[in-house]
Amino acid sequence: MAKFKFSRRKFLIAGGLVGGGLAIGFGFKEDTPDAAAFAETMEDGEYVLNAWVKIAKSGKITVAVPHSEMGQGIYTALSMLVAEELEVDVAAVTPEQAPIAPVYANFTAIMDSLPFSDGHHKGEATIGAWGMRKVANLLGVQVTGGSTSVRNSWESMQKAGAMAREMLIAAAAQLWQVSPGECRAEQGHIVHPASGKRASYADLVESAADMEPPTDVTLKAASLRKVIGTSPKRQDIPDKVTGKAGFGLDATLYNRDLLYAAVKLCPVFGGTVRSWDEDAIRTMPGVRKVVSVGTGVAVVADSFWRAKKAVDALPVTFDEGDNANLSSEGIFQQYRESLQQEEGRSYVDDGDTNAALAKAGSVLSATYQVPFLAHACMEPMNCTAFVGENEVEVSIPNQAPTLMAWFAEKTADVDAENVTVHTPYLGGGFGRRAEIDLVVMAVTIAKETNGAPVKLIWTRENDIQHDMYRPAALAEFKAVLGADGKAETWLNRVASPSVTRSFTERMLPWAGADMPDNTTAEGAADIPYQFPNKLMEHVPVRTPVPVGYWRSVGHSYNAFFTECFMDEMAHAAGTDPVDFRLAHLEGQSDFTAVLKKLAAASGWGQPLPAGRARGIALHESFGSIVGQVAEISVDADKTLTVHKVTCVVDCGTVVNPDTVRAQMESGIVFGLSAAFYGEITIENGRVQQSNFPDYDMVRLANCPEIEVHIAASGRPLGGIGEPGTPPIAPAVANALFAATGERVRSLPLTKHGFSV
Amino acid sequence: MLKLSINGQTTDIDAEEDTPLLWVLRDTVGLTGTKFGCGVAACGACTVHVDGEAVRSCVVPVSDVIGSEITTIEGLSPDGLDPVQVAWIEEQVPQCGYCQSGMIMAVSSLLRDNPSPTDADIDDAITNICRCGTYPRIRKAIHLAAKLRAEA
Repeated sequence: MAKFKFSRRKFLIAGGLVGGGLAIGFGFKEDTPDAAAFAETMEDGEYVLNAWVKIAKSGKITVAVPHSEMGQGIYTALSMLVAEELEVDVAAVTPEQAPIAPVYANFTAIMDSLPFSDGHHKGEATIGAWGMRKVANLLGVQVTGGSTSVRNSWESMQKAGAMAREMLIAAAAQLWQVSPGECRAEQGHIVHPASGKRASYADLVESAADMEPPTDVTLKAASLRKVIGTSPKRQDIPDKVTGKAGFGLDATLYNRDLLYAAVKLCPVFGGTVRSWDEDAIRTMPGVRKVVSVGTGVAVVADSFWRAKKAVDALPVTFDEGDNANLSSEGIFQQYRESLQQEEGRSYVDDGDTNAALAKAGSVLSATYQVPFLAHACMEPMNCTAFVGENEVEVSIPNQAPTLMAWFAEKTADVDAENVTVHTPYLGGGFGRRAEIDLVVMAVTIAKETNGAPVKLIWTRENDIQHDMYRPAALAEFKAVLGADGKAETWLNRVASPSVTRSFTERMLPWAGADMPDNTTAEGAADIPYQFPNKLMEHVPVRTPVPVGYWRSVGHSYNAFFTECFMDEMAHAAGTDPVDFRLAHLEGQSDFTAVLKKLAAASGWGQPLPAGRARGIALHESFGSIVGQVAEISVDADKTLTVHKVTCVVDCGTVVNPDTVRAQMESGIVFGLSAAFYGEITIENGRVQQSNFPDYDMVRLANCPEIEVHIAASGRPLGGIGEPGTPPIAPAVANALFAATGERVRSLPLTKHGFSV
Repeated sequence: MLKLSINGQTTDIDAEEDTPLLWVLRDTVGLTGTKFGCGVAACGACTVHVDGEAVRSCVVPVSDVIGSEITTIEGLSPDGLDPVQVAWIEEQVPQCGYCQSGMIMAVSSLLRDNPSPTDADIDDAITNICRCGTYPRIRKAIHLAAKLRAEA
């Protein structure tokens, strides 16, 4: 074992100073020895310099990445942040999934998502936000979501690189008996220009590990950056084109004799398994065991196919519970009644909207609606679990390793220190993989297999029918235009379930409460448009359908609602949609800049070929402003073609421009699949869709050309994983209106007779 | 025991004849580069070559491919540098990467049949699903791969 000389006391001092008042990443749980967990990953010849950086005598530099790689390029982005300050090429850095430790907690995500962290209520300054910050400190949850990864690790990763560099410089200076100030780092070496001396990190790291960690590192000025702002090739891609990349579904847990599990789950929400006839499958090849998982039953066999065949053949009786009459129509009726009858929670209340509406001569009103949506990650849900004597180990593609560990511990009933969670590559996440259902189910099964590890694989049908869905939502608008053609009054009331409440109740059934929830109001309360009277209310609706975080969460529908209604108002005012928006963006220079750049880049207002039309949408989410123009045509038989999408994004400082472009492309296609096809319907308490043939996706043939422009600005760092998604549905719907005069106020578009 | 020829090697397989080729490759042989996506031949994540033709292995019973030459992503090229793989890296196509084995196998089969496909040819031939939406880059990479093949 290589030596580890990083004392807890030293690191806490360093952490306290380095993290400064921001407390981003550097050990806010103050009694935890920060680098200890990473130190446990050290192999012979490796030295941990801090919780994020270890260097081997071979020269290999490893960076602990506290976020899951689910396609967003985070392994590369965070490697870049360290490489910048460590003065090495990104290619010289190997990203590695960080262990689970409070030092890696995602502070930004917790602060963004929980009740009372509400930016619309003056956010950080409120007592609620302060309280949540304290709770977040205690929880120390590692999570990848909310487009927060770079924002959360921006400072800590750069400082980790800088601290490691300074320790290497100190070691070289001691070796050469010179002042550290006379040395500098370049390309994996420390040099002393005066004497021409030069030593590699590999040669210095052993003594560097003994150096006092610096307490005050200064990060490079933006003008001196060599790595941040460039587009090095992604580190995960070579393995992803040869089949070598290890996803959750490929886990073996050390090649121990692996068993496989397939499940049959009660099709009705909230139902449970009552009985099954094991005799019917006992003699089927490879079958080992049948295990109840509460909501259904699992068959364990020596191959997945054998397990699946047996579970398909297994007669099972379910107790369908209280929801066997639940239907989409009933749920939307409930939404309509709630919206009409119940008082909402106000998120914005400027001026006197109701009085203005009461005395207005003409009120423009509209009702919008979106359905439940499934995530449908490309990699079906899975978890591989081993339960031994007071020991549990799981490999699960997940977005929240801390939660996986807690629920593996609880389900296996073992001591916390005997829990191991592996996070391999995720074949898509989109919010679905923050959920704990798979880890609980897999560990429940593995408890019954006498120490044999079990790989639980859900079929696509399991996945589509047992998701935690993007909530269906209903919105009403009322607006009044003034004599100058500008909107004087804007009322927006939205009815939907609270994702945060539903998510919380799945983990802690007693903890769910009716509280303010960002996810219900985001994208509606925080629109940039200025109106003298502005009221945004949310009416929480309770439904048995479990709802979860789905790429861009509340923004995914609130952008459709608000940006389509802005378009309606522009047409009612007889004003060009771009001009109409600009007229309501006083004092919002960042939005104005994006909109103007988008209009220019998309040729807004310029003549189009016959039959083509454009639609526009502008939306801020997760700290980034994104504008999109969709250029479409509609044939006489209602065949809709989206030819081109022009996208402008302002995410502040850009770490990797190519990744920003890739995430915009990705978000647009994700949103387009939902806009075209996405609809989960419920009948008799059951989800009616089951697989891609009835829950379809955009493919090459109907994917538009996408042109992304990055608008550099001085804004704070924004997220990029989600902000590409919200504007595409309204951009296309607004283009549809321009092309056909038909105002589509609900999704998906195929339900309105359009074929894509 | 069934005898299969996979990536140029003959392998004995203990599986029922109706077992889909996908699960034989993944669970029995341990070639996990081929992915499970839907089980109903709708997404293409499981695409492999059988006698050079792209097939969706999740619906091909293993008994149908006895005597055929099966190629998986692991056997596409000895060094991982098939023109399609090179183009995929050059255009930085993959995001999560889960669908890309199937995409690459489908595309390499297309290019063998049609060395210089038009956009319309691509639309018709490549119907695999990518949930990350890498389609614009896939299209670029297909054209680049065609060029690299022509130059080779």
